[in-house]
Amino acid sequence: MNPLEQLRETWRRDQVFDFVQPAPDFSAKVDTTHGPILYVEDVSVSFDGFKALNNLNLYIDDGELRCIIGPNGAGKTTMMDVITGKTRPDTGSVWFGQRMNLLKLSEHEIARGGIGRKFQKPTIFEALSVFENLELATASNKHVWYTLNKSLTGEQLDRIDEVLKLIGLKEQFRMEAGALSHGQKQWLEIGMLLMQNPRVLLVDEPVAGMTGEEVEHTAELLTSLAGRHSVIVVEHDMAFVRSIARKVTVLHQGSVLAEGTMDQVQNDPRVVEVYLGE
Amino acid sequence: MLTQRLLLSDRGGMLVLGLVLLTTIIVPILNLAVPTDSPLYVSNFTVGLLGKFLCFALLALSVDLIWGYAGILSLGHGAFFSLGGYAMGMYLMRQIGDRGVYGHPELMDFMVVLNWDKLPWYWQGFDMFWFAMLMVLLVPGLLAMVFGWLAFRSRVTGVYFAIITQALTYALMLAFFRNEMGFGGNNGLNDFKEILGFDLAAKTTRVGLFVASSIALILGYMACRYIVTSRMGRVIIAIRDAESRTRFSGYQVESYKLWLFVFSAMLAAVAGALYVPQVGIINPGEFSPLNSIEMVVWVATGGRGTLFGAIVGAFSVNYAKTFFTTFSPETWLFILGGLFVLVTLLLPKGIVGLFDRFSRKGDKQ
Repeated sequence: MNPLEQLRETWRRDQVFDFVQPAPDFSAKVDTTHGPILYVEDVSVSFDGFKALNNLNLYIDDGELRCIIGPNGAGKTTMMDVITGKTRPDTGSVWFGQRMNLLKLSEHEIARGGIGRKFQKPTIFEALSVFENLELATASNKHVWYTLNKSLTGEQLDRIDEVLKLIGLKEQFRMEAGALSHGQKQWLEIGMLLMQNPRVLLVDEPVAGMTGEEVEHTAELLTSLAGRHSVIVVEHDMAFVRSIARKVTVLHQGSVLAEGTMDQVQNDPRVVEVYLGE
Repeated sequence: MLTQRLLLSDRGGMLVLGLVLLTTIIVPILNLAVPTDSPLYVSNFTVGLLGKFLCFALLALSVDLIWGYAGILSLGHGAFFSLGGYAMGMYLMRQIGDRGVYGHPELMDFMVVLNWDKLPWYWQGFDMFWFAMLMVLLVPGLLAMVFGWLAFRSRVTGVYFAIITQALTYALMLAFFRNEMGFGGNNGLNDFKEILGFDLAAKTTRVGLFVASSIALILGYMACRYIVTSRMGRVIIAIRDAESRTRFSGYQVESYKLWLFVFSAMLAAVAGALYVPQVGIINPGEFSPLNSIEMVVWVATGGRGTLFGAIVGAFSVNYAKTFFTTFSPETWLFILGGLFVLVTLLLPKGIVGLFDRFSRKGDKQ
């Protein structure tokens, strides 16, 4: 880029200087006055020439429960990586509320700010107890010195108790997390997300490998969370998606193919062709 | 509250610390107050040997803290140990004054040989004990901070981190071998006379250093214990087991790793500083990558991830080393290698894990 172009880029009238933007102090409310809490616009990511995301546009409303489906390689996980700061897109913008540019923040800042993420494979701290897992996830000061000297307040302990009840692990709170069953691990991870008090929950394949009963319980849990949190669920299990979804987005080859209710989506001929018809 | 957190919930640690404390009290008495021809007499050699082991135990503690708890395998902790040792060595050299072979009032013997006419700038201030002690902590700490910052920021982990720490200590070894570096080159620093005015050859000074090492070990253990039982300690274990989860839980993983790495480096440096006056020499050989690997073997043998296991490992492996190098020096490296393989295969939790297994069996019956 030559200097003139660089200067022009700097003085573009549709954006402000970085230092004008608010610091990532997320204790303040996220500005959602226009409806959406998450704006993903024109995002493209390519790995060695392969376009994982191709001009993806996605808006998530505050308090919404959104399911995202799509065949393998549609870019679902990459999308989550972009939102949580793990992968930086080549082009496009991602905003949290109207004032926070997620592309300028690092993973831990985004997490502190109120976007929680559950991985596909249950990822918990296996050597620690269930209680300690939740303790570490608790929204509080997470600087080195603070964690060395301070323990949790009573209020935070109450919150842990509340979440333990919600995820149904009240009795197991002393147990080593590694000894939990697969389904319980998934719930524990969701519980850890809840301890962060997130505004947006990204949940990657929450019912993979669960028994029928566990799936039901998970569906209940996720629907009860919507409203207070925005929940984005990526899932393969169509029955599960149908049971919880209000709005479904279909991804295909890195961009949105269709969006609407489950019935609308299922009857869309393009969707049938790439995904459901198989 | 604090004592309970640090000690009572830690039976193995209590036992090991108790033994260390007992040795600290008994050995000086048996060395100083018992006549030399008595069967109870502990020889000067043994006091020196035990003092050395205490320093190694502190060093093992620092390796265990970073490897056992944070899962960061450093194969370059010998570098921090040696830098601490060199800082102490520089102080001891300045204490020689004009009693060197060439009798120069200010310059070290090796500087006279090199025809230097004045003290290099980095030797200034080392005649003061407090300054030297400050440098014992600051120099390795700063190196660890810069090195760790670069490595952790670029998310270098696992075996790659181990390799670059090896490179670090190897590079330092080559640098310290050069005469122009001004640290005595190949010969290193030796021929020390006194520390804080006490004659280093005197029995009482040696016992004093032994007791100091033991106190340092106990305090170091307490400090490590304080860290690993705090919420920070749990964050560190969390990083070891699921780094990305920790990051997505809102922790800045890099700063935790860096903080712990710097602390561990300083602990290793203190061990080095106590080691040098007891053995009377520090040379670039201490930087050798092999030494750093040996430290990891101590920790693996004793029991990784339990702080007292590191102490047990340092003592037992070094005792074995003393034993075997006395009776058949050429076999030692084979035994060390064999030990590492054996421990990895059969005792993943080290010696401490073995006791654990027995005591659990006992509980069941």
